[in-house]
Amino acid sequence: MPLSTSSNFARPDDAFRAIVEAHRGLTDEQSADFDTALVLILANHIGDIDVLREAIGLAKRRMIDGQQQQQQQQQ
Amino acid sequence: MAPANTHQAKTQFGYRRHPDQDRPGQNPAEHPVVIVGAGPVGLSLAIDLAQRGQRVVLLDDADRIGEGSRAICFSKRSLEYWDRLGVADRMVDKGVVWSVGRIFHGEQQLYQFNLLPEVGHKRPAFINLQQYYAEAYLVDRIQDLPAIDLRWRNKVTALEQRNDSALLTIETPEGAYRLQAQYVIACDGARSSLRQMVGAEFAGQVFEDQFLIADVKMTAEFPTERWFWFDPPFHAGRSALLHRQPDDVWRIDLQLNRYADPTVEKKPENVRPRIARMLGHDKFAFEWISLYKFQCRRMDRFIHGRVIFAGDSAHQVSPFGARGANSGLEDAENLSWKLDRVLRGASPASLLESYHVERSMAADENIRESTRSTDFMAPNSHQEARLRKAVLSLAKETEFGKRMVNGGRLSVPCSYDTPLSSRDADAWRGGPSPGCSMLDAPVATRTGEQAYLTDAFREGGTDFTLLSFSNGAAIDAPEGVKGIHIGGEGGLADLQGLVAKRYDAEPGSAYLLRPDGYVAARFRHPTAAAIAAALARAEDLN
Repeated sequence: MPLSTSSNFARPDDAFRAIVEAHRGLTDEQSADFDTALVLILANHIGDIDVLREAIGLAKRRMIDGQQQQQQQQQ
Repeated sequence: MAPANTHQAKTQFGYRRHPDQDRPGQNPAEHPVVIVGAGPVGLSLAIDLAQRGQRVVLLDDADRIGEGSRAICFSKRSLEYWDRLGVADRMVDKGVVWSVGRIFHGEQQLYQFNLLPEVGHKRPAFINLQQYYAEAYLVDRIQDLPAIDLRWRNKVTALEQRNDSALLTIETPEGAYRLQAQYVIACDGARSSLRQMVGAEFAGQVFEDQFLIADVKMTAEFPTERWFWFDPPFHAGRSALLHRQPDDVWRIDLQLNRYADPTVEKKPENVRPRIARMLGHDKFAFEWISLYKFQCRRMDRFIHGRVIFAGDSAHQVSPFGARGANSGLEDAENLSWKLDRVLRGASPASLLESYHVERSMAADENIRESTRSTDFMAPNSHQEARLRKAVLSLAKETEFGKRMVNGGRLSVPCSYDTPLSSRDADAWRGGPSPGCSMLDAPVATRTGEQAYLTDAFREGGTDFTLLSFSNGAAIDAPEGVKGIHIGGEGGLADLQGLVAKRYDAEPGSAYLLRPDGYVAARFRHPTAAAIAAALARAEDLN
């Protein structure tokens, strides 16, 4: 099964909000700890190494795109 | 550090002059096989080849068995191999048998694992045994085998490759001499001089973290289990390992700061307080202290002309996982039957290429596994440390977290994706597929004696073997192939049904096993032609 990138939540704002609220009041360090645990929990729930790799690929591409944008702005 | 004085086996040997040394340099003695290095791998390979009828010269530059316990964990697979070499009983009798490991984080146990949770296997998951005992027992066994010519204080100093042989120059206390060998097997360890002589690279990953090994002698009530700690109260922020050896000796392994000064850390007066903190007392004596860093690396090719590399000379891993000596022994069992066939002219020399293919696959797997363990123990970045912290904390309340905690993944035989295997043509729900190692199971002999499948395999002479499950009609094995019959008249009885279960067998099923106990092919309804074709493929006679 490929990585699903269609919108899966009936109320996407609730999902986004739930994550935002989980980070409220945390320092950056605590937020990073929290995210790391959350990633592992969700990765295990997905339980499919191909989907996980695809998700990692998508997240990585975002970072590379971001870096290129930054470089272009600097030029 | 003085060696242990509790050895029950001979560890010091003398140099003896051999008539080969009197030959003129331009007319050296010729031998089919010269093995360089009398460690566990070289000794085992020599015994295996001798049992197959080969004459072997085994050279070692020292005249004694090395000090220190070094490799202590020998796997079920290694014990099954040593069974075939006639030394396993002695190893197991002396060794400490174990199968359970526990992982702790701080003071709390995260989980425990059992490496052999099922019954009906002749050999345990692991024994712990000081390497010097293992070597001494192997050397003893060699005394029974006149086909092995073990020469101490014979140091190879030069190598010349020829078309169909290799010429070795060997330094002895009485000067140099030369030997010509059809094949040279380099079992001369991580700092292999043969590897330098063939000019091969040995590149890989160097780990900066340092580990301290201390073998201490004490009477203690700890169970015979492998205990591993992350961030223990007695060694804050780092990892620790405790493991029992024979003779009331305990292996303690402590991760140190990567900037620690080795000469300072090794001093017994500095090690003692660390160990005392761990044990809660200081009623122990040191047997051996060693400080090490490690590397994970392998040669690109295990075969260079007429020189074949086996064990640490070909590949090196971190120690967490017992993948060093055990994988070297698997190299020996993989190489031995192939080299024997090639020397007898029964298979073409190209069969040896499958040694490189199969064992470099195993080396990659061992390097991958041991690198992952090492990275988990010594994270490389802030985020890696954070991931580890998350896993360790999740492990307290989730099963998936426990399974991600990596305190060493212990050695199991590698499965080969190899040209020697014939693909399954039938449907199988389980059992070892082609390229996998055979599984042990209990059987009863015709006279009702309890035995094991690995015994039957060994007694067949560890040649190609057809393991068949009776349907009333015996299957004809091709010439030269041994047969093990389960069930039926004259066959072994599968009283507990475990053979059929472990091999997913139905009446009429058959497995073709290679001389190293790997599955070459399997059939639901074998025909003579299909077996012959699988045999030819596994012998590289296609």
